[in-house]
Amino acid sequence: MKSTQRNMRRDILDGLHVGIPIAMAYFAVAFSLGIIAAKAGLTAPMGFVSSFFTRASAGEYGTYTLIAAHAAYAELVVMCLVINLRYMLMSAALSQKIAPGTSRWHRLLMAVCITDEVFGVSYAHPGYTPPAYTYSAALISSLFWALGCALGIVAGNILPQQMVTALSMALYGMFLGIIIPPARKDRNVLYALAASFVLSGLCAAAPVVSGLSSGTRIVVLTVLISAVAAWLKPVNTEADGEA
Amino acid sequence: MEKHSVIIYILIAILTTNLIRVVPMALIKGPIRNRFVRSFLYYVPYVTLAVMTFPDMILVTPTPLPGVLAFAAGIIAAWLRLGLFAVAAICCAIVYLLSMLFAG
Repeated sequence: MKSTQRNMRRDILDGLHVGIPIAMAYFAVAFSLGIIAAKAGLTAPMGFVSSFFTRASAGEYGTYTLIAAHAAYAELVVMCLVINLRYMLMSAALSQKIAPGTSRWHRLLMAVCITDEVFGVSYAHPGYTPPAYTYSAALISSLFWALGCALGIVAGNILPQQMVTALSMALYGMFLGIIIPPARKDRNVLYALAASFVLSGLCAAAPVVSGLSSGTRIVVLTVLISAVAAWLKPVNTEADGEA
Repeated sequence: MEKHSVIIYILIAILTTNLIRVVPMALIKGPIRNRFVRSFLYYVPYVTLAVMTFPDMILVTPTPLPGVLAFAAGIIAAWLRLGLFAVAAICCAIVYLLSMLFAG
């Protein structure tokens, strides 16, 4: 019992350790998101609640754009489904990282915690991912995400445009920080990343395909490239043995 | 034009986004045995973050150049394992400094 408590405390601290850099970057990114939310008519408390419970950069960006456009509710549902479809894949992937015997509620709550980055660090945790690790990373980063959005709504227009653009780089820098280090260890990940960058660039520039929304492009390319990579370079896992 | 409530929009976004997160976890019970599915799920996170990063990163900046430089510097910094916060800060700093340089 004592040792489980000590383990849990360590998991919480480890989660904070990876969660704090995410929180800093989230704060900056959410700030620029708040500027868009303000244009959609959200007040700071609304932005806080919305961001704390949604926690989806691209999804929230789409949401606030649709609110500003007075879109139909059904349109918002479809947009949320498509643009956040990757969370479905991440949820399926994370389900494989949770120790067998973990309670149903822990599994569901861990799924709710999924954002690109919280999933990234949870998935990168060696061995099974302890729920407390994911919770503390998610809680600290979500708080700063929500705070950043609320502050962006209040003060966004005070900052000069160059600074807002520069701050928006934080999100992409964070993504690179998650995906590049594993590519050093696994050459197949490196190939998958190279293919992703090239195809994504081509799709955004090509005549017909570039008409697709970025949400659609992300989902289609993710499914396509991951399937081809899985077919060409299937992973060996100790659980499967030689199967 | 019908009248829409911001609160309802927000509730819809919260519900839909979290439902997507929870459903696969609720449906998948034990470990997945199928090797293709396991491999597919292994590649998904890397690929999805990669296609979200590029080319968006170079489209956000007023001209592509600062974005391209931030992208390259971010990859190098991440390759050297500088950590999430450092990589993000480097990307922000490059774009900010370049915008100052050209605006000044």
